[in-house]
Amino acid sequence: MADKNGFFDLSKTTLSRRTALKGIAAGAGLALAPGFVRYSQAQSSAPIRIGFQSHRTGIGAAYGRWYEKTSAAAVKAINDAGGIGGRKVELVIEDDGTDPARGAEVVNKFAKQHKTDIVFGTLFSHVVIGSAPAAGENKIPYFVVSEGHHVASTKLNRYVFQPGITDVKSQIQSMAPWIAANAGKKVTQIFPDFAFGYDHRDYLPPALKAQGADVIAQIAIPPTESSFTKYFPQIPAETEVIYHVMVGPAVLTFVKELGEFYGSQRPQLFGFMDSLEATDINSPGLEFLDGSHFWEGSPRYAQPDDSAAQKAYRAAVGIDDNGAAVGDPKDVSTASHMFGCWETLYVVKKAMEDAGYKGPEDRAKLVEATEALKEFAEGPEHPQGPKTFNGKIHQCFGIQNISKVEGGKLKVVHKTKIEDGLYEPEGDYTKQAL
Amino acid sequence: MRDASPAKTYALHIGVIALLFALNFVLPDYHQGLFARIMALAVFAMGYNLLFGYVGLLSLGHAMFFSAGLYGAGLTVYHLGWGVPEAFVAGVACGALLALVIGLLALRTSGVAFMIVTMMFAQVFYLLVLYFAAWTGGDQGLVIQQASRVVSIGGASFDLTDPTVRYMSALALFAIVLLVTLAIVRSRFGRVLVAIRENEERTKMLGYDTVANKLAAVVASGAICAASGAAYALLFGYVGSNFASIQYSILPLLWVLLGGAATTLGPLIGTLFMYYVTDITSGFTSAYLLIVGVALILLVLFAPKGIMGSIRERWLGWLP
Repeated sequence: MADKNGFFDLSKTTLSRRTALKGIAAGAGLALAPGFVRYSQAQSSAPIRIGFQSHRTGIGAAYGRWYEKTSAAAVKAINDAGGIGGRKVELVIEDDGTDPARGAEVVNKFAKQHKTDIVFGTLFSHVVIGSAPAAGENKIPYFVVSEGHHVASTKLNRYVFQPGITDVKSQIQSMAPWIAANAGKKVTQIFPDFAFGYDHRDYLPPALKAQGADVIAQIAIPPTESSFTKYFPQIPAETEVIYHVMVGPAVLTFVKELGEFYGSQRPQLFGFMDSLEATDINSPGLEFLDGSHFWEGSPRYAQPDDSAAQKAYRAAVGIDDNGAAVGDPKDVSTASHMFGCWETLYVVKKAMEDAGYKGPEDRAKLVEATEALKEFAEGPEHPQGPKTFNGKIHQCFGIQNISKVEGGKLKVVHKTKIEDGLYEPEGDYTKQAL
Repeated sequence: MRDASPAKTYALHIGVIALLFALNFVLPDYHQGLFARIMALAVFAMGYNLLFGYVGLLSLGHAMFFSAGLYGAGLTVYHLGWGVPEAFVAGVACGALLALVIGLLALRTSGVAFMIVTMMFAQVFYLLVLYFAAWTGGDQGLVIQQASRVVSIGGASFDLTDPTVRYMSALALFAIVLLVTLAIVRSRFGRVLVAIRENEERTKMLGYDTVANKLAAVVASGAICAASGAAYALLFGYVGSNFASIQYSILPLLWVLLGGAATTLGPLIGTLFMYYVTDITSGFTSAYLLIVGVALILLVLFAPKGIMGSIRERWLGWLP
């Protein structure tokens, strides 16, 4: 239908070939321009994406929740200070169900679907070991916060690092001088009969021997056990120190039954805070622990001599003076381990900036830059304390705390030296191909 | 089950294998990897289905057969430095031998007792894995290094950590086991197994040695599950005790129930469904297991014979 005013009358318009070509060229330019702009932005200011393999469900859920809180706080602090190399940092979180098979899938998902720059944050050793092959195959740097000796054992691969928390072999070794000098020379170990317990079973005796003390009995308790009284008669009468590292929900029963067995006449007790992470030290049944000592990675309770960095870290993560969530005293944190997330993210920042990291094509450079790191000074980025880093075994070594249970709180009575926890490297990742 | 011409049945199965082959070239990277894992685990489900679906023996201990293959292959590579083919054979042999021994003992029972006995044996196996942690790596497990996962055939070498090689290896195993299962199901032996499931007394009366047939089924099932475990260790490079835990005895039961017991393709469909429901829903909520549970309940209510079982019942009666 023709329009009287010729508004739709195409016969009246003139369109030369030149005009048409100009139009097409301009149109093509416009069509391409946004894409081009996006591309150039991706190189310079797109966020650095960190895949966070979180234990949101499964046995590690209590740790997972606090690891997420700590990591979110660290990312906020890093972003507020300008990000990494001027780029913002973004956490992409996937739940691994604290399961090694799912963990490997999650690493694949980060590498291939989310296309994150690195993978980070795993705690439980079996998930780390199950996921490590996937990290190596995808050639994606995998920064764990596990404290297991698996990374330093050099049995994993060149893409796996633990730069934010000391491994358990070093922790145990650095406890020995204090135990031998202050608690006693005849030690009986009680530990769960699986890998976590075996680390203590294997590394404590030689460390104590070097200090002139002895492990006189080792009592392994099966993981299925729910009552412990029948094991206590195996504790030799001459025992001066009971070194206990029971973990899981049975810990409360274990302590209660140990208290009933000994009454007020007990040997010295020394434990690892892994037993009571996310658990209130004042829970009913734990009264027997009063006066006993614990290893702590980072102190749960605020200490009178806390550094400004430690205070700032606690405020940023949102824990009160008792190590519980601000506003919810029952929500006790996993303070002994979660600081590792904060510190690891700052190590990632340092290594990425050293490597001039631009994107996944620079992952090999990132590995080499991380391996080149030597020391981390105590400060806002490393509030738990100073550390050294051994690039050959991809493991850091820091100070440890020994705390006494006093009046329902944990008071730090001794800080170890980094040298107390050093050992001969068992291999060299840098010899592996990238 | 209505009889179908063998050509139609084999065409369907070869079509499924061809489809999986083609998917290798179109799937995005992440899904290519996930499919490789699903195919390897679908073999586990097929082994389970042979015993549960066709013989009607509900085992709650098949994790031990999967793990026998996993450790049989993994430990020979890790400690003895064996090559991939020898390690795979060692894994399958471990599973078959274990199944023979367990079968001889457990088949003295039936029904609920069979469930309990198989579960107890699997628990013994699991605790043995933890007990011998110095060799097995216990609950932490062991990593099979990339360099050990290369197959040399003639002058060519195939790196099992390469996504395409891994996918094709998983597909080859899946295809072989699918066709073997189909052949078993269609054979005289398979029909005797179904007869035992339907009425063991009558089968016995007809002159069949039901115990020998059931034992053969247990060994075949154990060997197939072990093949899956061995492939899992070699393809994905990790062996750990969680694969021997009760969870991995329940999982194949769920996969088979979902996909359709006593259907040859059901195990694949069930494994695929469970994996993707978990993978997709875990992106939205940490309560993804609740969603998986609801999906299972809905299936039990509205499709009690599983996905393929319901398809067979309603539309394609000839499905094996």
